Amino acid sequence: MHPIRKKRLMIVLAVVILSSAGIGLVTYGLRGNINLFYPPAAVIAGKAPIGQSIRVGGMVVEGSIVRSQSSLDVRFDVTDYAGTVPVLYSGILPDLFDEGQGVVAAGKLDETGVFVAHEVLAKHDENYMPPEVAEALKAAGKEI
Amino acid sequence: MIAEYGMFALIMALISASGLTLIPMWGSYASHGAAMNAAKPLAAASFFFCAISFGFLVAAFLQDDFSLVVVGNNSNSMLPMFYKFSAVWGNHEGSMLLWVLVLCSWTFAVALFSSELPQILYARVLSVMGAIGVGFIGFSLFTSNPFARNLPDIPADGRDLNPLLQDPGLIIHPPILYMGYVGFSVAFAFAIAALLGGRLDAAWARWSRPWTNAAWGFLTLGIMLGSWWAYYELGWGGWWFWDPVENASFMPWLAGTALVHSLAVTEKRGVFKSWTVLLAIASFSLSLLGTFLVRSGVLTSVHAFAADPERGMYILVFLLVVVGGSLVLYALRAPAVNSGIRNAWLSRETLLLFNNVVFLVATLTVLFGTLFPLLMDALGQGKYSVGPPYFNAVFVPLMALLVPVMGVGPFVRWRQDKANRWQHYLLVSAIASVAAGVLLPFLGEGFNLWVALSVLLAVWIVMGLLTDLRLKKTGAQSWRQVLGRQGASYWGMMLAHLGFAMCVISVVVVTQWNVEKDLRMEPGDSAELAGYRFEFHGAGPVTGPNYRGDEGVFTAYVEGKRIAELRPQKRQYLASGQVMTEAAIDAGFTRDLYVAMGEALGADGAWSVRLHYKPLVRWMWIGATFIGFGGFITLLDRRYRRVRAKQASEALAHA
Repeated sequence: MHPIRKKRLMIVLAVVILSSAGIGLVTYGLRGNINLFYPPAAVIAGKAPIGQSIRVGGMVVEGSIVRSQSSLDVRFDVTDYAGTVPVLYSGILPDLFDEGQGVVAAGKLDETGVFVAHEVLAKHDENYMPPEVAEALKAAGKEI
Repeated sequence: MIAEYGMFALIMALISASGLTLIPMWGSYASHGAAMNAAKPLAAASFFFCAISFGFLVAAFLQDDFSLVVVGNNSNSMLPMFYKFSAVWGNHEGSMLLWVLVLCSWTFAVALFSSELPQILYARVLSVMGAIGVGFIGFSLFTSNPFARNLPDIPADGRDLNPLLQDPGLIIHPPILYMGYVGFSVAFAFAIAALLGGRLDAAWARWSRPWTNAAWGFLTLGIMLGSWWAYYELGWGGWWFWDPVENASFMPWLAGTALVHSLAVTEKRGVFKSWTVLLAIASFSLSLLGTFLVRSGVLTSVHAFAADPERGMYILVFLLVVVGGSLVLYALRAPAVNSGIRNAWLSRETLLLFNNVVFLVATLTVLFGTLFPLLMDALGQGKYSVGPPYFNAVFVPLMALLVPVMGVGPFVRWRQDKANRWQHYLLVSAIASVAAGVLLPFLGEGFNLWVALSVLLAVWIVMGLLTDLRLKKTGAQSWRQVLGRQGASYWGMMLAHLGFAMCVISVVVVTQWNVEKDLRMEPGDSAELAGYRFEFHGAGPVTGPNYRGDEGVFTAYVEGKRIAELRPQKRQYLASGQVMTEAAIDAGFTRDLYVAMGEALGADGAWSVRLHYKPLVRWMWIGATFIGFGGFITLLDRRYRRVRAKQASEALAHA
């Protein structure tokens, strides 16, 4: 083969190999590292998988926050007014977490229907509502 | 009247920018000298009017003119003066005006400092910049007017600036970041002008390179400042979240890094031309995409301002025009790829091509992860989010792939090299890095595979730089002569690569050896963390200019010796009622101690407390600062002034 053609072939091969490596990494990275959002109504209806990493979001029910006296465990209910899901979390809650505020929690649903969260995100200023929560509330017929 | 003057100035800026878009461009095709010469005064005019407009908005904020919607929503009479100033860009409308001002400043800078360019190229570059200006001034005026009034019900006081933004870091982070983001428009304008004229050569690369390096340096510093701010201000001690908006600034940086390297090849060897042009288009397009993601509110993010579909639509259309238009132009005009491969396998060209491919693949994987939720949502597949594990899984191996080449690249010759020239030095590098990788972790917590690998890679990079210096010393030259002979762009490269090595170590060490505890602590309690003992003495009330709160008192001891007192705060801002965590940090070169307070628990003075031990975390920001300054140092290279003048006269002779 002509040396220049050969070089070009090698370059094309290198690009193909590197991009396949890239695609391989992407596919590997996506496995188990993406999580789907479920509104509380869908969780109640049994549409959310148990034991898989998912997100649940809605408004924190007034009067539902219960703290442990000896640890950082906290329990609260999240609702989209069409369904309510109890959430368990251990750790420090974000500054803007409060009753009647929109939150999104990431974690896993256990067999008893309790959502065990490893991360709780609240909105970061008073005008902002997580789009998922806004949409879930809208779907449940509650405008905010 | 301030608002009306500001609005008027912005309209004048739009008119000047429109003139800048049309007149010199027309002149360049009609060979009308006077029309082309109009580029400079028109660029000056649009800069002047933007600056006036921005000045009026600043005045409105400083004077607490709550009749303006943006001031009423984002400022407050109790706000300290310098935060009233930074509140100008702590909101969507004002930050867009800052964006426009930065764009006009770059345009004016090009007009001032590139007057040696051939007349036609000069006119076209500025015209393209003018067109981008029209797009963004129009965006500001028509969809997000910063001078809109709250009439007739003028609020008595403002709703206050988001407390998270009341911080010195936020005074400088946005302007520096925008300098980088918007600065890529210069590289883009040079690329488009070159495509229009069909003249793509080493001289073109030499003109465009300093601008690109400057923009890239600013973007590096801007991202670094953002990461540092998030670390101390958000109160959970993280420094990078792979948040969509961080990615929005990171993607242009990755493409820009590829561009900075490929421009070097185009300048030195006159090859990779089409590729370089494509990267210039890609970098700026990714900047625009970032703007779209941030401003449209399509993604959940800590940076999202209140969503507005109209704004998103405007930028989306603008993005399509810019990307579509420039790619069509590229397809029609890019020189055929047959510039010929004139280099051997073992040559700096090959290694830099490898660098480019890696950075491009990295850009695409980050782009994919960022857009994946949008894509799935558009397909009706549900609301997904892609978390940091995805990005770490794809990004870290790619960067690791880069390092072996980085340890060789600086000293491999252009065109063709023979390995026997430096084989023995490479062996020394290899031994040194393996030894350092095995031994150095024992300075820390003991052997850890990942830390060992990161030290190995970082030392490999540094050894590559040293080998290069050693190879440059030939015969009887003294070190003084060798070092004195190197130009500014060489030292810029050295500093940037050294910074990258520091970042590699820092990121891995802080990820591996970070210790974090969330605890419930009562006054008198103490907690052990990575050999440090933290004692909590209780919390008391504290009052600031526009907030009240609680301040906790902690003492840190190591081996019974008191080393620091930390006073984290929990603040409630009076105007908005928003609660904010103010972390206390004992910063050090080798480690940070980080304390943040969660909330008061019960009546016995107990608090939820977050304690962190973060080894080498500062190296990341020091390293990133080195990378950014590396970009700036290259601008000092005499070559750009001397050769530029020479090339320009040559180009004129050819014209």
